[in-house]
Amino acid sequence: MRHLAAAIIGLWSALAGLTGPGTAPAFEIESLTRFPAPGGRPAHSLRVISNADTALFSPIVLAFQERHPSVEVIYTTASSTQLMQALAEEGAEFDVAISSAMDLQIKLANDGFTRPHRSALTARLPSWARWRDHVFAFTQEPATVVISRAAFAGLEVPRNREDIITLLRAHPERFRGRLGTYDVRTSGLGYLFATQDSRQSETFWRLIEVMGGLGARLYCCSSDMIEDVAAGQLALAYNVLGSYAAARSDLADRIIVIEPEDFTTVMLRSALIPARARNPELAGKFIDHLIRLSWERADPQSYPFPPIGDGDRQAGSGNPALRPIRLGPGMLVYLDRLKRRRFLRAWEAAMLRE
Amino acid sequence: MSEQGEPSLVVSGSIRRRLALLLVGSASVLTAVLFALVHGFARQLAQESQDSILTASATSILDSAAVENGEITVDIPYAALSMLGNVSDDRVFYRVAAGGSFLTGYADLPAPPPQGRPIGFATAPYKGEPVRMATARRSLTLAGRPVEIVVSVAQTLTGRARTLARISRVTLGLGVGFFLASAALALLAARASVRPLDRLAGAVSRRGPKDLRPVSAPVPSEMVPLVRALNRFIERLRISLTRSEELIAEAAHRVRTPLAAVRSQAELVLRRVERPENRRALREMIRALDESSRAAGQLLDHAMVSFRTDHLERSRIDLAALLGETVARLRPLADLKDITLELELRDRPQLSGDSILLQSALHNLLDNAIKYSPPESTIRIALEQAGAQTRIILRDEGPGFPARNAERLTRRFARGENAADTVGSGLGLTIAREVVQAHGGRLLLANRRERSGACVTLLLPS
Repeated sequence: MRHLAAAIIGLWSALAGLTGPGTAPAFEIESLTRFPAPGGRPAHSLRVISNADTALFSPIVLAFQERHPSVEVIYTTASSTQLMQALAEEGAEFDVAISSAMDLQIKLANDGFTRPHRSALTARLPSWARWRDHVFAFTQEPATVVISRAAFAGLEVPRNREDIITLLRAHPERFRGRLGTYDVRTSGLGYLFATQDSRQSETFWRLIEVMGGLGARLYCCSSDMIEDVAAGQLALAYNVLGSYAAARSDLADRIIVIEPEDFTTVMLRSALIPARARNPELAGKFIDHLIRLSWERADPQSYPFPPIGDGDRQAGSGNPALRPIRLGPGMLVYLDRLKRRRFLRAWEAAMLRE
Repeated sequence: MSEQGEPSLVVSGSIRRRLALLLVGSASVLTAVLFALVHGFARQLAQESQDSILTASATSILDSAAVENGEITVDIPYAALSMLGNVSDDRVFYRVAAGGSFLTGYADLPAPPPQGRPIGFATAPYKGEPVRMATARRSLTLAGRPVEIVVSVAQTLTGRARTLARISRVTLGLGVGFFLASAALALLAARASVRPLDRLAGAVSRRGPKDLRPVSAPVPSEMVPLVRALNRFIERLRISLTRSEELIAEAAHRVRTPLAAVRSQAELVLRRVERPENRRALREMIRALDESSRAAGQLLDHAMVSFRTDHLERSRIDLAALLGETVARLRPLADLKDITLELELRDRPQLSGDSILLQSALHNLLDNAIKYSPPESTIRIALEQAGAQTRIILRDEGPGFPARNAERLTRRFARGENAADTVGSGLGLTIAREVVQAHGGRLLLANRRERSGACVTLLLPS
């Protein structure tokens, strides 16, 4: 595989030289990957911070370097909350920040930690895919339910949340301890999915109660949940990123990915340029590159996400169950201190009942 | 009314320009006022619509405030902030305080005025941008004591500015359009309102030199006094002209008859007188009587010409016959001085005109030529057709016209500088010119090139 060969993952010392001499970053990074400039000596360096897995993102970076061979890309991964902390509190210097936590991206832009970017490509984005020329969506990724084929042997595959609740209630022994979902207290994306679910329907709370009653296990990341479902340790994982599940085509014979028919929350992964970017012009080109890939029927080799489409087509126009989360100041509500405390209390009360 | 003779008029401005400037000026003032009013109104509307949505947002947050487990808490509705995103992409900030202490939101949001109406508005800078802020207040009871909850919701102004800019653009476009349209209308109106004046001026200046009829075309009421005064003036002029022509004709007529009587008496006396000095004196007398009666005849002729050119009676004229008749009539006079009259008829053109007038003109011209020619000379008269024009050329062998200012001679009573020793009234050329002009032709005076002598050309349209 081309991108695997090229992405010689140099896992640097995580603390080296990220925020300049003297100050060690307090935020935790997960990995740091250097994509050397294919044209030899790098003329520019583009520093990307992201909460997307490096393996998932490297084809995008490599395609970008094909257009700009003199650019070296330093790709740092961190959780969405750490990303927020790095940019909002510690003034880390990144050129592009990519996150699935739409609420945190909006908060960064709302609170003035970003800079605007305008180009011919951003002008082509429909209004729901950008906010204030600061936040640009380039994927639409549904929150799915992933089930193990083995664990559901002999059972009808559930189509919506009511089906799941009925199944779980009917077969408590089969599912006890074998349910997984995000720990919304630590995962930004999990929190986003959970809060949006709670806005959509009360079914969410009943599902959480049932899952909590069956001793659901809590996860930090979608990829871990997919692994555990594939390995048979989990029978069902709720609110798993569909894009990650789809990317694991190698596990297709062991897992089933379900987009619930009552409603499927759709997250828009987005990119922004932090206010302290050293190379904002190059960052703008990278964002244009993301938009180009997502809106111009990119080949799946370089764009691993579900295609957004090539026009003004918003996901959900074909499938009425899809509920894309809207970028906008409404996202700030669940970030409110009291609102969050209230939500987490309710969630804990439902999930951690023992 | 010739152009050269006119005293230079002092022109002070132009009614049309003044009117156009006034109208355009008032149009631009109106446009500016309209623009300012619409713009101000739009600004107020934009402000009010932002204020009302901020109020809705703050109120819905305030409504969610409650006392739970002995503490004050708010459960911000999702719509409270997302409704702001529906209207514009502006940044949104909020702050909730209870009993004077910060509860949640953006702690450093500018504090609202301490006391005021239930809803207050303010504009203040925050995070590097001006924000519009609505503040709502309500009291809750906590442990038996009232606690005031203050909710402020703020929004940046880019959406409002964009709306305003759009309205301004549209208003500006409208204003410019309005202005251009009214300026064009103003110019049209100005032109239309001076058109009667132009028409009157055109009608008066197009008139022929003898046209002294009153102005009868309809005129707007404002111009009636002017036209009435003009008509009165024309009438006075016409009456006084007629009167003087009549006077002259009458005088000439009255003089000519006694002159003829005196002349025949003088001739009778001459036959009887023997002494040479007395005969010489009598001949002088007869000659002077002849000149006087000729001048009186010319004056009569002129009065007749003036009258007839006003009411030209056209008929088909055989010019060659007319010319021959005139020459025959003057031949005795020419014989007295042994002058040969050579008539050369190259064509026989027909002409529509007044034969009496034309004969009078030819008679005067030929009479002049005979008078100024030396004895035993020749006068050549030619008639020819040249294209659309008929030409009658008279060439004599006299002294010719003075080199300068030959045209002056066609004025009434003007006489050549070199005609001092010849008796004449100075009316002959005037009569000829007026007749030719009344027929739409021209009278050309020149000197002969090959020898001394005058060359008079009558150009008449066929």
